[in-house]
Amino acid sequence: MSKQKKMTLTLPTEELVGSGNLACQGCGANLALRYVLKAFGKRTAICIPACCWAVIDGPFPYSCLGIPVYHCAFETAASTATGVKAGLEMIGDTETQVIAWAGDGGTFDIGIQSLSAAAERNDDILYVCYDNEAYMNTGIQRSSATPTGAWTTTTPVKFPKDQPKKDIDAIMAAHRIPYQATASIAYPEDLYKKAVKAKNIRGTKFIHVLAPCPTGWKSRPEDAVKLARLAVQTSYFPLYEVEDGEKYTLNFKIQNKKSIDEYLKLQGRFRHLKPEAIAAIQAEVDRNWDRLLKKVTAR
Amino acid sequence: MSKKRDAKKIVYESARDFPQMPMSQGSMLWNKTGSWRNIRPEIHLEKCTQCGICWKFCPDMSIVIENEFPAVDYDYCKGCGICAAECPMKCIVMVEERK
Repeated sequence: MSKQKKMTLTLPTEELVGSGNLACQGCGANLALRYVLKAFGKRTAICIPACCWAVIDGPFPYSCLGIPVYHCAFETAASTATGVKAGLEMIGDTETQVIAWAGDGGTFDIGIQSLSAAAERNDDILYVCYDNEAYMNTGIQRSSATPTGAWTTTTPVKFPKDQPKKDIDAIMAAHRIPYQATASIAYPEDLYKKAVKAKNIRGTKFIHVLAPCPTGWKSRPEDAVKLARLAVQTSYFPLYEVEDGEKYTLNFKIQNKKSIDEYLKLQGRFRHLKPEAIAAIQAEVDRNWDRLLKKVTAR
Repeated sequence: MSKKRDAKKIVYESARDFPQMPMSQGSMLWNKTGSWRNIRPEIHLEKCTQCGICWKFCPDMSIVIENEFPAVDYDYCKGCGICAAECPMKCIVMVEERK
């Protein structure tokens, strides 16, 4: 211990997410907000609809966040953020940034109308969807972000989900918003960089973060970051940015694509899958990857 | 540390003490989530290369930096084990919690 080397920190040390929060062990959503707020800093207001983060933040007289939080109704994350931003502009505050922070249920299913409307008006907000692929907060019900074959309490092993995951990034790209990106908690520097980029762009920004949920995915808590990394390395969840709905940039070039099997076998929600079902998921992942590569090269 | 100063629970004696608007009055630091864990991380600093990866991936902000080395804040560590799984030098081990 004689060496007096400085610790190498790749992110700012300011913490706006406090300890003592009510997240489960190994929560990915907690990490996602931690990285985004490191980029946004103290001059930020956040609107949280009903989602895991509405619980993690704490009960009434307490809040574990160091910034103003607005708890709003499930379907109104984007419209509440729009209203907060309009109010701030009315009193002459153009500096404060507004984030709408919703889970996959509040983005893919229930909140899509307000998100679409905000994107159409091009309101100056950042909308972040942390995607844990089901309604984890209310007890692991299926959402339209749940992947094919996954177990949830409403799609039990006998009747697994047949439909693929909704492609929210393509939906948002069709709105021609100035900036959108996908990010993963396993690559915090990449997520931080994207949040800083979004902070400096005026207009609607959208970031889709994959946040593993050990409780709902039936995986071990220590595998949370590993799962997020495998999702990128298997090209199940590729990292890319889209500017103005047209200019696709791939952030993580995958040389040796790993087999989806490695990602699935760490999760209890995919334990019942037969080899044919895994092959079908692999084919679906490959098809999505080819589709994305076409968009990247087309420009 | 500022954490210790804020770690107080808010008690309302009567309904009259309630704030007029439902706004947050304090932080969650009174909630010592350390009681949730059944395995605890222990850092062996001899092998530590100060890469900061444990600090970066801690979901509960309970890896703190003391004298340029990581240390665990056992008041809030929930014992998820991400730091031990991600440490490239394997110098964090999870040991069973004893009461």
